[in-house]
Amino acid sequence: MNMINHKQFLIVSSMLSIFFSNVLHASDLKSGYEYLTPATQEMQDDEFANPGMTAVEEGRTEFHRLGVNDKTCATCHGENGSKFNLKKIASYPVYNKEYEKPFTLQEQINFCGEEYLDNVPYVYDCTDLVELEAYVRHLARGEKVNVNITGALKPFYEKGKKLYNKRFGQMNMACAVCHDQFAGQRLRGQVLSQGHSNGFPLYRLGSGKMTSLHGRMEECFRSFRAEPFDRGSDELINLELYLHSRGNGLPIETPAIRY
Amino acid sequence: MQFTISKQIVFVIVFSLLSISALSLSFAEQIFYPWKIENYAIKEPLGGFTGNAQRGRKIVINQDKGNCLACHSLPIPEESFHGTVGPPLHGIASRLNKGQIRLRVADEQKINPFTIMPGFYKNPKENNRVDDNFWGKPVLTAQETEDVITYLMTLK
Ligand code: HEC
Ligand code: HEC
Repeated sequence: MNMINHKQFLIVSSMLSIFFSNVLHASDLKSGYEYLTPATQEMQDDEFANPGMTAVEEGRTEFHRLGVNDKTCATCHGENGSKFNLKKIASYPVYNKEYEKPFTLQEQINFCGEEYLDNVPYVYDCTDLVELEAYVRHLARGEKVNVNITGALKPFYEKGKKLYNKRFGQMNMACAVCHDQFAGQRLRGQVLSQGHSNGFPLYRLGSGKMTSLHGRMEECFRSFRAEPFDRGSDELINLELYLHSRGNGLPIETPAIRY
Repeated sequence: MQFTISKQIVFVIVFSLLSISALSLSFAEQIFYPWKIENYAIKEPLGGFTGNAQRGRKIVINQDKGNCLACHSLPIPEESFHGTVGPPLHGIASRLNKGQIRLRVADEQKINPFTIMPGFYKNPKENNRVDDNFWGKPVLTAQETEDVITYLMTLK
């Protein structure tokens, strides 16, 4: 076969693959929860047995701790976050007009600390921020993820989607390959899930530690031997935006338990 | 005094010789031998190496090397988890010839650009944002890839 045939073959096969490529429909959405054993599901659901609750409790303490100017998060958001609009929590990342970019929940928390408590800002994904995020998301447990990407967030969503489908690393893999095309299949010992973000920050049975969403993405990048993007970078924030909106309709599970 | 200096010089010479050979070794390891596709196959052995089936069998199991079991099931009963992402490779040598298998292991993405299967002897220049530890290298060396291919040829 000569070169032209080879090219023709590639074109036809790419068209076929696009035609058959999996696009997630709302009814097919499967949280990582559905791949857990019943015993682990039970552990996640039981607040006393769920080891991720330790981080949530740390976050609760942090939430009520006095800032430099003698205010706490609760000054604005009520004791135990009673004034939070939980539907709004479930809609993060949201567009921030002042910064003209998406704001993740962690960025919003960090912004509040700096702006209203006069605290020194935290480094993205540091333990305190992950615990605060876990606490706030846990308050919204059961709320359905609902990110609105029709307005100003649209271009950031498109960028995130592009990254999700782009191949990286020595293994030349893309998120979409594992989590769209092959979700449900076994990768040696591990079953691939749809790679949703509704359980983060979550507790990992393997490491015995809390993992943030950016931390999990870093692991996935390393698994196919790609140089990860920095935590809190525009790239990971756009990916976070894409992941959350892709999982619109799934209930928030924080703190989820995963392997 | 004289004695210690000459000892130091000897040490320096030996040390630099050692580090030069270590360097050239690590360069040799990183060499990529280009290959070409004819009729959906790579006819010539990669880098001219001859494979060894027993070594190949170990590489397909090894999680840091081929880790083919991540995606394929193989007649390797002592390993408990075989992947279901790719087709089983039992009897692969009666379906494909050696050159066809070589292309599929070296760079399946040349046949199916949407495949999940990594190219194990893909031109490293075609990769993007590679982790520093793996930069400039294919996943397997030419020798290792030939070992794997030779192992697959035993699966009739
Ligand atoms: C080589 C396969 C592979 C690729 C490529 C990959 N992942 Fe993953 N990912 C996994 C595995 C394995 C797990 C753990 C099991 C599971 O939940 O699927 C996982 C888990 C996740 C989870 C956690 C899901 C949960 O419910 O806890 C998220 C989120 C995720 N991946 C996002 C991504 C993103 C974003 C990318 C691209 C940067 C990516 N993955 C690329 C293999 C991969
Ligand atoms: C991450 C998943 C993955 C890994 C790892 C993987 N493969 Fe594959 N392989 C596949 C898939 C999926 C196919 C099906 C064809 C396609 O997708 O283009 C395939 C196809 C093949 C084929 C052609 C099979 C046929 O019947 O035509 C051979 C041969 C093969 N793989 C060998 C290997 C070897 C040897 C290794 C390890 C050195 C390996 N694979 C590692 C996913 C993988």
